[in-house]
Amino acid sequence: MQVTNEMINNLAHLSRLNFNEEQTQSIKADLEKMIAFVEQLNEVNTTGVEPLLHMGDAVNVLREDEIKGSINRNEALLNASDTDGVFFKVPKVIKK
Amino acid sequence: MFSFTSIKNYHQFLAANTNGCVATVNNYLNIIKQKQHLNAFLEVFETDALQQAMLLDEKRKQGKPLGKLHGVIVAIKDVLCYKGHKVSAASKILENYTAVYNATAIEKLLKEDAIIIGRNNCDEFAMGSSNENSAYGVVKNALNENLVPGGSSGGSAVAVQAGMCMVSLGSDTGGSVRQPADFCGIVGLKPTYGRISRYGLIAYASSFDQIGIFANNVEDVALVLETIAGADEFDSTVSQQSIEEYSNLNTPSNKKYKIAYFKEMLEHDALDSEIKNSIQQYIQQLKNDGHEVEAVDFDLLKYIVPTYYVLTTAEASSNLSRFDGIKYGYRSTPTNNNLTDLYKNTRSKGFGKEVQRRIMLGTFVLSAGYYDAYFTKAQQVRNILYTKTKEIFKTFDAVIAPTVPSTAFPIGSASNNPVEMFLADIYTVYANLVGIPGISIPLFKHSNGMPFGLQVMANHFNELTLLSLSKNMMELK
Repeated sequence: MQVTNEMINNLAHLSRLNFNEEQTQSIKADLEKMIAFVEQLNEVNTTGVEPLLHMGDAVNVLREDEIKGSINRNEALLNASDTDGVFFKVPKVIKK
Repeated sequence: MFSFTSIKNYHQFLAANTNGCVATVNNYLNIIKQKQHLNAFLEVFETDALQQAMLLDEKRKQGKPLGKLHGVIVAIKDVLCYKGHKVSAASKILENYTAVYNATAIEKLLKEDAIIIGRNNCDEFAMGSSNENSAYGVVKNALNENLVPGGSSGGSAVAVQAGMCMVSLGSDTGGSVRQPADFCGIVGLKPTYGRISRYGLIAYASSFDQIGIFANNVEDVALVLETIAGADEFDSTVSQQSIEEYSNLNTPSNKKYKIAYFKEMLEHDALDSEIKNSIQQYIQQLKNDGHEVEAVDFDLLKYIVPTYYVLTTAEASSNLSRFDGIKYGYRSTPTNNNLTDLYKNTRSKGFGKEVQRRIMLGTFVLSAGYYDAYFTKAQQVRNILYTKTKEIFKTFDAVIAPTVPSTAFPIGSASNNPVEMFLADIYTVYANLVGIPGISIPLFKHSNGMPFGLQVMANHFNELTLLSLSKNMMELK
């Protein structure tokens, strides 16, 4: 498959990543190789085969709905780089 | 001075030495210092380890009941949360992250009196096969410091190999425990998917990830597995099946097994000819010993690595979306005070190259227009593999294979071509794709001086057969 600059820009945006011009060329070349590699799967006949969605044997593991604590506010904010002590802070998202 | 051979033997030493835990911790702290240049540890928990050792010595003095792993020195891969301690996934994006809770596996280790001595270097977010993708430098193989230890759990493997701990925990998504165990000449187990809770394990690919165990012998692996396995209210994907007594490996050594091997795996072009010959001779030896060993066709071999990469990168692109610079971890200054730019700058600076590459491929296979052709297709192939595996284990107790196509390679020699590096995983990803347990046991030595292992796999939740057979194989060696 031909990977275009436009595709890279779109995927980078969806992935929330930035690539400069040089990095774009490098990731484009890598993606082309990786996509060609995984396209080998087209050789496998999968007609009528269900996709395997869940690994493991656990089905609907239920428990009582009890009120329990998890972590407190101090712990929740411990690793954030910008808080006001109560909330996480982010750049303004609602414009006037 | 006590010299470690097994947990059982260490417990005999402790029974006769009132300050045995403190002395042992000090001893291990010294070894870690001497071997610091191997870069196997990102951090040593010196104060906490010594404090825990004192408490444990006191517990013995008072004659209180002792935990299964009483005083055992454990190192943990830098992807497992240990409350109040840093955990970074060997990434810049989590450089200053402090765990606010214990992973269930860690909780269970502590409850059984283990001493956690430090966290081990690894490939960033467990993505890699050589430990060269760590944001904190490469780890060296202690048997030859010019060589890689394997990855992604390279630091955990070297910590056991070089005697810097007694056992260690890693994680295995596509071979990240078995492959470094092979390169380092030790035992490495990846249990059945869902055997050990993944709560507190930093996710790479959730339907593949499983915590694994490194040790010098099969009995120690079994005892650690028995301690950390089992149901957990914090992980709804973990199995509810009861834990067998894995440490009770008293199977008669004359028990005969039905063992399969895949012809295509032994005949693969990438396999080192000496590894191939050793395994063929070993198959003969197993037959001479009375086991039934049969070749089984596996024409899908070519497709297992592509299937693995589609599914794991897709899951990774989704899992790693949580690293946004807001709730925790590194945060970059946005150029124009815009939230999307903040995300993008943070992630581009915080993630290394390999991680970004995998996020991009994963985003591609999940994106509109390509989802069915790549992601669903791979899930279908995964189902074919799963069905075939179930069929094989109707007839056979175990499957054997090489663990890796080559012995440990030189640091810096890996190609920059992402696809070539993928093939290093060709023998290990199968167990993760179908969820079965696999182990690498150090049976062989190459003429180049490096060890290599035999990989043994068993049916889902059949760790007892896997470990019993592995123990017999280590003795047959």
